[in-house]
Amino acid sequence: MTSLNEEVFPDQASNVPVRKVTIRINGENRSANVEPRLLLAHLIRQGFNLTGTHTGCDTSNCGACTVLFDGQPIKSCTMLAIQADGHDVMTVEGLATASELHPIQEGFKDEHGLQCGFCTPGMMLTAKALLDENPDPTEDEVRWALSGNLCRCTGYQNIVKSVMWAARKINNQAAN
Amino acid sequence: MYPTRFNYESPKSIAEAIALLHQGGGEAKILAGGQSLVPMMRLRFAAPEMIVDINNIPGLDYLTVDADGTIHIGALCRHSDLEKSSLLMAHQPTMAAAAPVIADPIVRNRGTLVGSLCHADPQGDWSSVMMALGGIVVAQGPNGRRSIPAADFVKGPFQNMLAFDEIAIEAIVPAPKGIPNGGYLKLERRVGDFATAGVAVAVESSQGLIIRAGIGLTGVGGSTINATAAAQSLVGAPLTAGSIAHAADLAAQAAQPRSDHRGSASYKRQIVKTFVVRILSGVVESMERAA
Repeated sequence: MTSLNEEVFPDQASNVPVRKVTIRINGENRSANVEPRLLLAHLIRQGFNLTGTHTGCDTSNCGACTVLFDGQPIKSCTMLAIQADGHDVMTVEGLATASELHPIQEGFKDEHGLQCGFCTPGMMLTAKALLDENPDPTEDEVRWALSGNLCRCTGYQNIVKSVMWAARKINNQAAN
Repeated sequence: MYPTRFNYESPKSIAEAIALLHQGGGEAKILAGGQSLVPMMRLRFAAPEMIVDINNIPGLDYLTVDADGTIHIGALCRHSDLEKSSLLMAHQPTMAAAAPVIADPIVRNRGTLVGSLCHADPQGDWSSVMMALGGIVVAQGPNGRRSIPAADFVKGPFQNMLAFDEIAIEAIVPAPKGIPNGGYLKLERRVGDFATAGVAVAVESSQGLIIRAGIGLTGVGGSTINATAAAQSLVGAPLTAGSIAHAADLAAQAAQPRSDHRGSASYKRQIVKTFVVRILSGVVESMERAA
């Protein structure tokens, strides 16, 4: 079990009330002692060492910190870690299996859907939620779904192509 | 950027939540979607001593329509629930138009309509919509429930009418007396930005005449603006190009925009005027289609 206070609040680590939270993260139950004001993004990154979740703007704008919370995309910098107690969270580390990339990851690779890669984890998880709900989206629907995720490199064109690529691959797999 | 330290409470019932608010003595804050509150706490614009998280209270996430058309929106009904609702598509065009343009798709998965009303941001979309619809906020406190008209609920920027130990538990859109119509238009620089300007129009018609009208303005004043003169000018007559232009002028006059990085005051006034014309022209088309 992790206690985050020494790391996140080094000046105030002692005498601070903490609560135990247990989160099912990428299919595995993980527990940590957290102070109520700890944000979910920081528990994921610093407590669970899952650094694929990025924090960009830190003010709920950019979507780099997006994770799936009970299957739905949320901005983990805008949720308290304690709120996730007992819930299911998926981070970008949960997309691939030990041997295979997720079709969305393959799509981003194949269609050059990233340059610096900072926004990519959030983009991919938002895309996963979209394809789970709507396996055959139009390009407009992809753009609409991704409108809460900001990218400052590629100009979105290839990101949209990557998601369309993944949709085709998933549908082909389902058909065969 | 971290919030200041607070006590976290997660009540399982409304009564328990009210008791906690009472105990907090004005220093406690309700957390529903948290999409405005948490960023404000991180920026230290807000520093509540106690957070009362209502997300674990069962039965508050409803969106229902009574047989007479009254719409009830529970305190934990998310923007995305409203966006996906076929009920709203069928019964409430102003709300159906607003739901998909609130914040961005990810924020919509958490944020709530009732929370947005309570937050009373002058640039909040739902306050204008509920004002236009003549909506009601139901508050519950230690002494029971009371209904507050949405038009009175906002007291000023980021200020609502709730007592410190009251919770807004639902919003109500009263049953329409005629056929409901209307829309919501918002100009934003990009998805998720605050509105440069937004206009909510809700009308009810019967036999070709407007029998009720409401117009709410977003982001063009110190708080949400209820353009009552503009709305009243439409009542008792059919919609014509002349009556639409007149209402649009009155709405633009009711706006109190300030020049800022999103645009000049006169530009924002022009947007208000244009949006009123666009929405009402759309209403005319849909009335003609229905006739």
